[in-house]
Amino acid sequence: MSLVQFFADNWNHLLGMTWQHIQLVGSAVIVAILTGVPFGIYITQRETLANLVLAVAGIIMTIPSMALFGIMIPVLSLIHQGIGFLPAFIALVLYSQLPIIRNTYIAIKNVDASLRDAAIGMGMTTWQRLRKVEIPLAFPVIMAGVRIAVVLTIGIGAIAAYIGAGGLGVYISRGISTSYAVMVQAGAISVSVLAIAVDYALGRVQTKVQPVKNKASS
Amino acid sequence: MKKRSFTEKVVKAGLLLVIAGVVVWAFAAGSFQLMIDRPGDLIYLLLQHLQLVGLSALLAVAAAVPAGIIVTRERFRKLQWIATNFANLGQTIPSLAILALVMSYLGIGYQTAVFALWINSLLPILRNTIAGLENVSPSILDAGKGMGMSPGQIFWKLELPNASYAILAGIRTSIVINVGTATLAFLIGGGGLGDFIFTGISLYDTGIMLAGALPVMVLAVIIDFVLGKLERVVIPKGLQRNLETL
Amino acid sequence: MIVFDNATKIYESADKKVKAVDRINLHVEEGQICVFLGPSGCGKTTLLRMVNRLIPLSGGAIHVNGKSIESFDTIELRRSIGYVIQQIGLFPNMTIEQNICVVPKLLGWDRKKMQNRYDELMELMGLNPDEYRKRYPWELSGGQQQRIGVARALAADPPVMLMDEPFGALDPIMRERIQNEFLRIQQNVKKTILFVSHDIDEAIRLGDKIAIFKAGQLMQYGTPDEILSNPKDEFVEDFVGGDRALKRLTLLTVHDLFFKLKHPRKLNGDARHSGSPTIDMETNLRTALSVILSSPTGEAVVADSKNNHVGLLNLHDFEALADIHPFELKSSV
Repeated sequence: MSLVQFFADNWNHLLGMTWQHIQLVGSAVIVAILTGVPFGIYITQRETLANLVLAVAGIIMTIPSMALFGIMIPVLSLIHQGIGFLPAFIALVLYSQLPIIRNTYIAIKNVDASLRDAAIGMGMTTWQRLRKVEIPLAFPVIMAGVRIAVVLTIGIGAIAAYIGAGGLGVYISRGISTSYAVMVQAGAISVSVLAIAVDYALGRVQTKVQPVKNKASS
Repeated sequence: MKKRSFTEKVVKAGLLLVIAGVVVWAFAAGSFQLMIDRPGDLIYLLLQHLQLVGLSALLAVAAAVPAGIIVTRERFRKLQWIATNFANLGQTIPSLAILALVMSYLGIGYQTAVFALWINSLLPILRNTIAGLENVSPSILDAGKGMGMSPGQIFWKLELPNASYAILAGIRTSIVINVGTATLAFLIGGGGLGDFIFTGISLYDTGIMLAGALPVMVLAVIIDFVLGKLERVVIPKGLQRNLETL
Repeated sequence: MIVFDNATKIYESADKKVKAVDRINLHVEEGQICVFLGPSGCGKTTLLRMVNRLIPLSGGAIHVNGKSIESFDTIELRRSIGYVIQQIGLFPNMTIEQNICVVPKLLGWDRKKMQNRYDELMELMGLNPDEYRKRYPWELSGGQQQRIGVARALAADPPVMLMDEPFGALDPIMRERIQNEFLRIQQNVKKTILFVSHDIDEAIRLGDKIAIFKAGQLMQYGTPDEILSNPKDEFVEDFVGGDRALKRLTLLTVHDLFFKLKHPRKLNGDARHSGSPTIDMETNLRTALSVILSSPTGEAVVADSKNNHVGLLNLHDFEALADIHPFELKSSV
């Protein structure tokens, strides 16, 4: 059966799996943003802590995803969640932390010192300064971090099919184990298209939300 | 500086603690029993894993660095746009998808795995090589040219040393990622430590699984560390300020 | 000696030709500093970069010491010409010593000779050779880096130097200090120097000759005094500024004026003129004018190097200035 045929026959199921994939990645990245961005901002005030956090996050990134999944399984088995959504979700949250925290930290740190001075000189409180000056200026860079995190987790999310998390990786794993090449290709292509499409969309968002930067630089 | 070295110590201590915890746990789960009972298996898979990573990385460096150099030459400038976009697009494609696609065309086997890992490690190296060479300050090149350096001298004495930081960073990232991706090689018949991990998962046997996962983690950390040290040796001293401030 | 003979650079794009440098004719004497002055986009940097063939000529010719630059191999030509740029362009991957010795190394000097040359140049720059030998560019301040940039250009002792706004990135105080140092060094090395600047004060301070450019064309070429006292047209007059008469005073000393006066009011020996400030012979006339303007008596006492009071100077004496041209004076000394 050809690839086109496969897509035609299974589009409904495929959409369901895509949605499952998006849910897994989406929820993980949202949690990663909600924790990573405030944390990234917080550590800009504390240099020592920042080094520590960035170093640990860097090390987490070097841990192969399969090894992390593997470790997660027995630990979460203690609460009977060893296989499925939860281990995949936790692993994806951990992996998205580094790009998000690092980019937030770098972005806030790189806000022009003179603008920060001006904000302080105008009598803004720390919170006002962050909200009105630093975060808007840092937004594109933070967004770039989110984009990296999303693309990364879409890929790792595919591997998570092997620990029962579902998603588009299922086609790849099932296709490989049954030597069904078309199914493997369908899974691989779908997940690639998803990654490219989301990356492109976030790229558009990133350029759209840059008015502050453009005005400042022109 | 003092604060930073203190921080580093804390990080290292914390990390060692985590690793020690996992090791103890692995011990309890019987991973080491497995390693002791069948040491040949572990060593065989470890060597296979290293071979997969080493061979694909070597081939990737051999292809991507020259390619990056070529597309940054004045004559082939037009190719650069294609190469950069190719590298960027390629990097958004998940590694499992690359492995799966390659397998679906080339069939199962060691060579397929090496080929897939090669494609996977090619792109970060290519991208960093291009970025590194492009970012060498034009004033440096202008000064070199104005002082009468030949194009070859400008390349070897100015461009390459000044891009070395970015190029090596690309190679390092690529290899470390590859250590992890190589666990997937098992799925397409390439062997490696993924054998233990996937077998352990499918058998619900933590012992076997950790016997694979643990060496992979340690390998990734060691290789990252070794390549980090290598950067210190290879990158010209005058540029190492970058390393310190990172 | 550098001769520009109808030197021309034309940039051709799809539908139009832009004459970046338009038939420039210039003679730059050996051992002199010629400053290329003009607003940005006037072609001064293009013309400079044509000399070491970083930009090829579209027409005309340039001769360096009697030989057309086109008769040299480009690489060889560039090695025989010192080159300093505003961004300095020190090589960050090399130590200070390696940076300075780039051209000598290209020319195949032996290690001992390079080391001696490095020591010699660092002494000349007023920097301690051993302190900086193994250090890297990023460890140096902007002023120090620029000195190394000049030293690097001097390394192989080229007869000709090209300098493209070398001090443009420095703060005013640093710039003035390094300009003075540069003049001191030039007294020793006597290079033929082409120096691009957009700063009239820098041009007056450094130039033996100034060439003023506008839109690729040479508007006026002459000594700083000629340009200040006799700007050829409105453009040059605007460019040198409304205070050109005052700027011109900085080119002259009390000595120049006092001995040109038809009726100098001489003082015999050290007779006292209480209330009048004292100025010495080497004071520039701008400072002297300022002193006289603020003097309660409206005049100043001129003292020689042994502090003998030789005469008096007041505002009226400055009227004699019209007849004085400093470069004639200097050449007659």
